[in-house]
Amino acid sequence: MELSTRFEPKIVGFLCKWCAYTGADLAGTSRIKYPPNINPIRVNCSGRVDPTLILKALASGADGVLIAGCHPGDCHYTNGNVKTMRRFKLLQKMLDQFGIEKDRVRLEWVSASEGERYARIVDSMTENIRTLGPLNWKSKIEVVAQ
Amino acid sequence: MAEKIGVYVCHCGTNIGKTVDCKAVADYAKGLPDVVVARDYQYTCSDPGQEMIKKDIRELSLTRVVVASCSPLMHEGTFRRAVGNAGLNPFLFQMANIREQCSWITEDRHLATERAKAIVGAAVMRVAYNEPIEVKKVPVDPNVLIVGGGITGIEAALQLADAGKHVYLVEKEPTIGGYMARFDKTFPTLDCAACILTPKMVFVGQHENIDLLSYSEVIGFQGYVGNFTATVRRKPRYVDEEKCNGCGTCETKCPLSVPSEFECGMGKRKAIYRPFPQAVPSTPVIDREHCLYFTKGVCKVCQKFCPSGAIDFDQKEKVVDLKVGTAILATGFDLFDPSRIKEYGYKRLPNVITSLEFERLTHASGPTGGKILLKNGKAPESVAIVHCVGSRDRNYNEYCSRVCCMYSLKTAHLVHEKTEAKVYEFYIDMRAFGKGYEEFYKRLLEEDVTFIRGRVAEVTDVAQEQSEKGKLVVVAEDTLLGIVRRIPVDMVVLSLGLEPRKDAVQVAHTFSISRSKDGFFLEKHPKLAPVSTAADGVYIAGSCQGPKDIPDSVAQGAAAAANALSLIDRKEVELEPTVALIDEESCSGCKICVGLCPYNAITFDSTKNVAEITVALCKGCGVCVASCPSGAIEQQNFTNRQLLAEVEAICA
Repeated sequence: MELSTRFEPKIVGFLCKWCAYTGADLAGTSRIKYPPNINPIRVNCSGRVDPTLILKALASGADGVLIAGCHPGDCHYTNGNVKTMRRFKLLQKMLDQFGIEKDRVRLEWVSASEGERYARIVDSMTENIRTLGPLNWKSKIEVVAQ
Repeated sequence: MAEKIGVYVCHCGTNIGKTVDCKAVADYAKGLPDVVVARDYQYTCSDPGQEMIKKDIRELSLTRVVVASCSPLMHEGTFRRAVGNAGLNPFLFQMANIREQCSWITEDRHLATERAKAIVGAAVMRVAYNEPIEVKKVPVDPNVLIVGGGITGIEAALQLADAGKHVYLVEKEPTIGGYMARFDKTFPTLDCAACILTPKMVFVGQHENIDLLSYSEVIGFQGYVGNFTATVRRKPRYVDEEKCNGCGTCETKCPLSVPSEFECGMGKRKAIYRPFPQAVPSTPVIDREHCLYFTKGVCKVCQKFCPSGAIDFDQKEKVVDLKVGTAILATGFDLFDPSRIKEYGYKRLPNVITSLEFERLTHASGPTGGKILLKNGKAPESVAIVHCVGSRDRNYNEYCSRVCCMYSLKTAHLVHEKTEAKVYEFYIDMRAFGKGYEEFYKRLLEEDVTFIRGRVAEVTDVAQEQSEKGKLVVVAEDTLLGIVRRIPVDMVVLSLGLEPRKDAVQVAHTFSISRSKDGFFLEKHPKLAPVSTAADGVYIAGSCQGPKDIPDSVAQGAAAAANALSLIDRKEVELEPTVALIDEESCSGCKICVGLCPYNAITFDSTKNVAEITVALCKGCGVCVASCPSGAIEQQNFTNRQLLAEVEAICA
């Protein structure tokens, strides 16, 4: 393999098991290629994703976080995704105040049949964060703490 | 006490092994905290693979197990059972998906291997925090809900009812029978559709184990596998089903005729009607929109002549709740609307008809008594049949509708048999995949039908030469000859493709199931679980899952019935294990969770000033966990500590 100095962002993905996780599986089954920069964590519903988990991910060294759930109206638990959406709006404001770029934390809807869509979301997210560069929030927090 | 973790990295033949260095991943795992054994193996899901894990659990006293292989959707159940059989709680197991979301997404062996290490690392860190869970079991209600009374729903209902299970068959229309009731002959055997369908319809109507709720719709579906409540709206027929003896006097006496939907508007029906004479149930309905009594306040002729006093103008809509353990959706399909393809001239050119209209024309009890006639009442001298209308077309539906090739051949055969007309078939590819289908195609080739390979570009009544005057001209590129041909004919039959029903979105929502990209209902696995869905206890069968012919629909109806039966005869099901639990000590009594729970599973105990969860109602979405400001709620197998362990391992 050619050694490159290219920055490889580390992205944590919280995927709803009913739609996005199955969609991500479908991308694999269909052998759709996308950057292996995303590390999926399977949850029952995007509504389970506590904003604290997102902040913890960023604080522990992630360069970006993807939360992917069912399209509005398609939630297996009626409307967990709508609750996620509301929480996400607040979180975005908070991230903005922390100076964390919008492109680093995304909420997306991916159905179980949208393998291609999932792959393209990971594509664009990886590219965008690569342009932004490392977040290094961990070291920044440590500096402040000292 | 330190945990003893065993890690098993699966090659899955070459599926994982080709892009991931499984041995390197296993070696990496050996260095992770508390890992006492890590092995790579060809097929971990095989018997020897599972035995290897069980042996290690016994001999090395493992307390936790991680298997890195395929998606948990594939084999989580398999390995949980294996772990359980070896005496370990099944939830002390964690699956790491290094196939679907690792080895298959890249060809870069180095990257794939590094990623697999990260995934396995996260699973190892998480599994240390996994806790044993005792899964509760509840009895299964043996009653079954079947939605849709076409041939698929009928087959499923009869299979279950014959097995002694009680079935609620809900049909939206006034009669069961679906599309098949409107067909004349069925390919490739040319069986009379009514002759094979109507006896089954009668069985359904008479079966002691079937409650037929026609003219009804499911408007709600709540509960969990084995214990659902279906809410059904029963539209008023204005005719008492108990009293009506199906004599049909009301239909004869009703003074108002309107176009019949069953006959595609080509024939008439009365304002009080049965869609067709063999309708089941035989009770007619009053069409409120047209009935003179409902529109003008006068008439009531039907009431006057009804010998059993069954007419009831005051009947009201009823909403009933049905307790069922399983549900089968057999809601069928819609036909493609050909007026969307302007260049085919449907509705604009009178003798351009749809394949369903053709079925009614050629049907012995149809509007023409089975004669294939033009709008002017004359027999056609030439007929063109156009395949793939709305199918295999990027502008409309990309998929093949499967049935059109064969029913088009049947159309050609019937035209040939009943008229002197010259028949032209315009096809893209001839798909004759079923039993006896290729032979049927061969037969038609010998019946003097002209097959032209090419998609029809347009149907026009603008003549370019004398022979085209007064005719419909079908323009298509003959791809075998490489020339554009103009064929003048008298009648054009558009072979319509099949589409998801317009209400498929709402039905999917009501039953919490997904749809595939084409809009049809999504099965759990395309090959191995074709009638199951992501919602346990909810099955799909027939064309609601994708276009299907009658043999396949019947097979699926029976398959769905077998699935439901297997669940019912298990007698009990396991409850969702990933429920939320509240720690009373930490609960501040803020009540935020109470309003957020979509299942009303959380109540507030005002004496203790804490929220409480009714575990049987909790479905494990985890919304309350994420919203509790005191961190007092935890979700089993998805605790904050478990998820954090994954996050930290990934980000380390």
